[in-house]
Amino acid sequence: MLAAKNRNREFSVRYLPGFSSMAVLCFVLLYAPIVALVVYSFNSGTNIALWEGFSLQWYVVAWENELVQEVTFRSLIVASIASVTATILATMAALGTTRTRNYRGQMVIYAVINQPLMVPEIVTGVALLIFFAIIKAATGYHGLTYLVAAHTAFCIPFAYMPIRARLEGMDGVLETAAQDLYATPVQTLRRITLPLLWPGILAGLMLAFVISLDDVVITELVKSAGQDTLPTYMLGQLRRGITPEVNAISSALLGVSVLLVSIFFILRTR
Amino acid sequence: MPNSATVVRRSDRGLHEQSETARRKKDVRKNLLLCTPALIVLIFAAAGPLLIVLIYTFLKAGSYGGVIWEWSWDGWFQVFLKKDIFDGTVSIADAHISIFWRSVKLSVQSTLAALILGFPTAYFIATRSPKTRNLWLFLITIPFWTNLLIRTFAIMQVIRDQGIINTLLINFGIIDSPIEMLYTEFSIMLGMAYVYLPLMVLPLYASIEKLDFRLIEAAYDLYATRIFVLWRIIIPLVKPGIIAGSILVFIPSLGAYVTPRVLGGGKNLMLGNLIELQFGQGRNWPLGAALSITLLVIVMVSLLVYVQNLQRKSD
Repeated sequence: MLAAKNRNREFSVRYLPGFSSMAVLCFVLLYAPIVALVVYSFNSGTNIALWEGFSLQWYVVAWENELVQEVTFRSLIVASIASVTATILATMAALGTTRTRNYRGQMVIYAVINQPLMVPEIVTGVALLIFFAIIKAATGYHGLTYLVAAHTAFCIPFAYMPIRARLEGMDGVLETAAQDLYATPVQTLRRITLPLLWPGILAGLMLAFVISLDDVVITELVKSAGQDTLPTYMLGQLRRGITPEVNAISSALLGVSVLLVSIFFILRTR
Repeated sequence: MPNSATVVRRSDRGLHEQSETARRKKDVRKNLLLCTPALIVLIFAAAGPLLIVLIYTFLKAGSYGGVIWEWSWDGWFQVFLKKDIFDGTVSIADAHISIFWRSVKLSVQSTLAALILGFPTAYFIATRSPKTRNLWLFLITIPFWTNLLIRTFAIMQVIRDQGIINTLLINFGIIDSPIEMLYTEFSIMLGMAYVYLPLMVLPLYASIEKLDFRLIEAAYDLYATRIFVLWRIIIPLVKPGIIAGSILVFIPSLGAYVTPRVLGGGKNLMLGNLIELQFGQGRNWPLGAALSITLLVIVMVSLLVYVQNLQRKSD
């Protein structure tokens, strides 16, 4: 009987027993903690484990906390400057390394651009801590520029990847046509290359912004006193355990990241 | 002036040839110029300071952090050894050894956990129809691009004593008192497997997607069992993906800082925390620098294996 039943089911070469349920389990495990965190940020009680009713009070508490406002503002400033700068530099670098005849030193350039992806963040953080300590001692300047410079550097490879991918997918036909019609190099760049490259540039910008906004390790090591960003502030708050307020901030930040990454995916598939 | 026309033509050709190489040179110069600003930022704020770290490993520690510019092997010495302050006897720094051991052990464990969960998932995605595949891949990558700290918080709330798992288990009467999971080595391992899981699934997917299912069909025609097909055909064929995914999970796990700090509760330090400690309370910058270089070397060796594996795959 059982054998007959088994034989009746269509034999699939791709089927492996238990794999689909493992995969479903994997997706559940991946999302359950995040969903729980977001759900409990709407809890009205002070205890984050007990559900006491829907409320937005913790969002209001977080919104009205002046310290949270300050660190959020700082995070946005750093992420904006760093991601825009990194994207501009990455676009230039992509134009200088993609669709070109191979030249000497190109491999070195690739290695330097991708270096932040290969070196552990804690090592980069320590290196910058030491380097900036020397500069701080020499100049006496303790401003936000150090943080912005550090963020710009590690954002470059993330901005570079989608721009380069887009550029590789473009053939040079339109640019050649423009030059045949006596367009100057600047005109070709402005009227042909950049408009075609635009989705890649935007995607790079999104990615760089998200990466900068989320950084903990390098910021934690590089920041001077009173330069907390939102993630390092949240890490510091951990000494008091996870409060519903931190949950609310996390959910808001999560929302921003998911939104930006979704835009990135849409831009990339276009 | 009989031959002026030919003279002009000849020089014209010469000019043309010259301009060809000149143009090429100009192109290279233009390309290098385009890369320069990015390279300057990266060299000053990422790559260059690594050299300073190397120099700092050979300096003397200042008493309030920083360094004294005197040559010293102390930084490297202290990575694995310690000297008794009173009688000067040298012994092995067991605290450091145990942290190294914990880092390697937990990284291997989290890599295996990610592999066990990630392999069926990657296989599942690769065997969907091409249209839905992108959606599943999108679902795998979304958590990866969201804040690592927040995902660690999320795991923390699930496994703490009053967390979802313990509350559920107690409510169903399966256990009386909560199982202690948070602030243990297990929680760190779980957390790292959780946050780096996408890094395992993506290369695995890339390998499995290229799998030639005719081979598997042939095996079934020859009366192979499912287990045999999995062990002797699928796994050997996607081995490059398994190696790539494992290294991509292992490397960030080894240098992890946030996950052990949040989920280890300050008791279970890993290499990343030990390094940070030397620049904070420890005030031993040369030791911190030496530990950083050690971590960097381990990571670079792993990456070399990864690159070689990639090259073999493309051959």
